[in-house]
Amino acid sequence: MSERHSYLDAPHGLASWLLTKDHKRIAMLYLISITIFFAIGGLFALGIRLELMTPAGDLVSPDTYNKLFTLHGVIMIFFFLIPSIPATLGNFFIPIMCGTKDLAFPRINLLSWYLYVIGGTMGIAAVAFGGLDTGWTFYTPYSTQSSTTSVTIAAMAAFIAGFSSILTGFNFIVTIHRMRAPGLTWFRLPLFVWSHYATSLVMILGTPVIAITLVLVMAERTLGLPVFDPRVGGDPVLFQHLFWFYSHPAVYIMILPGMGVVSELVAAVSRKQIFGYAFVAFSSLAIAILGFLVWGHHLFVSSQSIYAGLVFSIISMLVAVPSAVKAFNWTATMYKGAITWESPTYWVIGFMGLFLIGGLTGLFLATMGLDIHLTDTYFVVAHFHYIMVGGAIMAFLGGVHFYWPKMTGKLYNEPLGKVSAVLVFVGFNMTFFPQFLLGYLGMPRRYHSYPPEFQVLNLASTGGATILGLGYGLCVVYLLYSLKWGKVAPANPWGAKGLEWERTQSPPTTFNFEEDPIIVTEPAYNYRPAGTVHHG
Amino acid sequence: MANGHESTMPGGHAATTHDAHTGQGHNVHGSHHPRLQHHFYNMDQQLEASTLGMWVFLVTEIMFFGGLFMAYIVYRYWYPDAWVSASNHLDVGLGALNTGVLIFSSLTMALAVRSAQVGSRMGQVVNLILTIMFGATFLVVKYFEYAAKFTTGKGHEDGTLIPGPTFSPSLPKAEQLFFALYFIMTGIHAAHMVVGIGIMLVILAMAWKGRFGPDYYGPVEVSGLYWHFVDIVWIFLFPLLYLLGAHFGGGH
Repeated sequence: MSERHSYLDAPHGLASWLLTKDHKRIAMLYLISITIFFAIGGLFALGIRLELMTPAGDLVSPDTYNKLFTLHGVIMIFFFLIPSIPATLGNFFIPIMCGTKDLAFPRINLLSWYLYVIGGTMGIAAVAFGGLDTGWTFYTPYSTQSSTTSVTIAAMAAFIAGFSSILTGFNFIVTIHRMRAPGLTWFRLPLFVWSHYATSLVMILGTPVIAITLVLVMAERTLGLPVFDPRVGGDPVLFQHLFWFYSHPAVYIMILPGMGVVSELVAAVSRKQIFGYAFVAFSSLAIAILGFLVWGHHLFVSSQSIYAGLVFSIISMLVAVPSAVKAFNWTATMYKGAITWESPTYWVIGFMGLFLIGGLTGLFLATMGLDIHLTDTYFVVAHFHYIMVGGAIMAFLGGVHFYWPKMTGKLYNEPLGKVSAVLVFVGFNMTFFPQFLLGYLGMPRRYHSYPPEFQVLNLASTGGATILGLGYGLCVVYLLYSLKWGKVAPANPWGAKGLEWERTQSPPTTFNFEEDPIIVTEPAYNYRPAGTVHHG
Repeated sequence: MANGHESTMPGGHAATTHDAHTGQGHNVHGSHHPRLQHHFYNMDQQLEASTLGMWVFLVTEIMFFGGLFMAYIVYRYWYPDAWVSASNHLDVGLGALNTGVLIFSSLTMALAVRSAQVGSRMGQVVNLILTIMFGATFLVVKYFEYAAKFTTGKGHEDGTLIPGPTFSPSLPKAEQLFFALYFIMTGIHAAHMVVGIGIMLVILAMAWKGRFGPDYYGPVEVSGLYWHFVDIVWIFLFPLLYLLGAHFGGGH
């Protein structure tokens, strides 16, 4: 194996990476960059949790605290969560799962990474030049009239990163439509591809709206063109509508790819055909479509009419249906499967538990009457972290563990993979479950001090965050260690099905396949019935 | 060699591909056009990918402008009188001239695509130059329109039409919203025109070298799609901004 060339070593040199058009190399560039931003965003979270260890606001000033949570949000959302799975695992595996050599537009794929880097650099510049204190939501009129921080730079950073995301989604859609190998029909595609297709739809339909909204904020702030200015009759709530028209669907940009990863992992670790393939596939599209019709649930207390609120409330609850369809089908896939307890198994089961809690508490918040009590409390914070961190990041790391041998050609330390999954699961629950209680008891979000009776739960949360951080740190250590000292991975270490495992070497060659694949049966999930030992 | 060729999938070439779209030609016909990129099977697939790509991109553009039209709808609904009076400060004549200019540019653009498809080099060059000149004319007219807003004028003798401290104090405040949207909408549209002219210059250079013909005209076609899209945006902006006042309030 090791004497054969792969995409990693042909050709050599830094320039060959920075000018690459190979989707796999671009995926690795993305993986490195988003990890850096994850670490930066994590440092801001550390600052938040340290401040909240004591009821008094004694560690940092209120202004600094505002910047900490704002930058944590901006960096984690725009520079980690949005690109996390699509730009790394999606970029790497969608062409392979489609049986093709590359994405439809390799140069645009590279452009997408450069836009991400430029946006990210501007994000860092915003930190350096005074930070940002508007919250990641950039609400007007504070962001346009009052804030003295680097709103324009940060908005420009998010604007540019948005175009990087649009280009990724755009490339996926064209690739999935036009580049599939002969015989690879839509219903033979892995569910990973379906979920990325749904994600891409959200990316191309939603992201331009946040882009123009940020343009309007920048125009009002720098040119004085008053689109949201109440002094001339402008409406700050219009900003909220435009903002959430993207930013709610953006949640599905974060979680849908994770659902795709989980569909692959569940079938692989259960050695069983995925249960209810068509339902899982269409539930991704259903989530993407419904996701565009629920933004008003962020405006239940923002002067939105009660009738609009009712409709948004009902549609928000409907999102639970396709989500539950997925959860039940994954469970049914595991039922009577030949489950093996490998690292990806731990991550994927952890995902299901956390996603379940995150999803069910979403129903609490979709209920308009209850949401009025819970708006802007830690209940909301806990809920969306269960989806974005518990769901999306568990799925991301599960996917990284599952696909690492294919992407790098190296095996990591299996026992440590399990330890890390358990640490993350336990640490995560310790961090965020107390926040449900805090929010229900009335502790508002975004405050840097709180009444003393909330201290025990906040201490538990900070303690949990420490464990969570250790879990992530451990991951980075043994994965990096494996690059140099890990065992060489075989082509298919998990005995999994699919073009990526059965038709490519580990790591793949630059053009992925020895010869262009022609497909006659569904390549993914064709596991033998449970219990029979068979090596195809 | 553990790359899984022993899998259960009989991936042989005898496979029938009743649903396959484009994939047959790669090894069978072996006709490699010099412009065929390595990851496509054939020129048809490459053309289909690039046109679909442009359509998908135009969908994102529609959503991009859509946010602006949404803001326009909300404020027009709230401030119909200010919208009518503000609209009457725009120069309908210059707006109509620019509308005509853009419609003609779309015609020459379509003729340039046609020339590429039938392999007429001179047809491409002439029509692309005309398209670029029409685009530039639009921008020049736009410049004079913008410049007039920075000074006092008929109906706003006490100030400019630029939202902010210099804005004519005798006009309704909500007119500032109209003009904020006017400048942002037409400004972003003009930025798209500038990009379009840049693209057309590149296409013109390629056409000059005889790069395009019946086998390979994708770049002309997808650039043309972009050009038509930018024109169509103006076709919406013109009545919404310029004709609104004339329709509801008599105009000048």
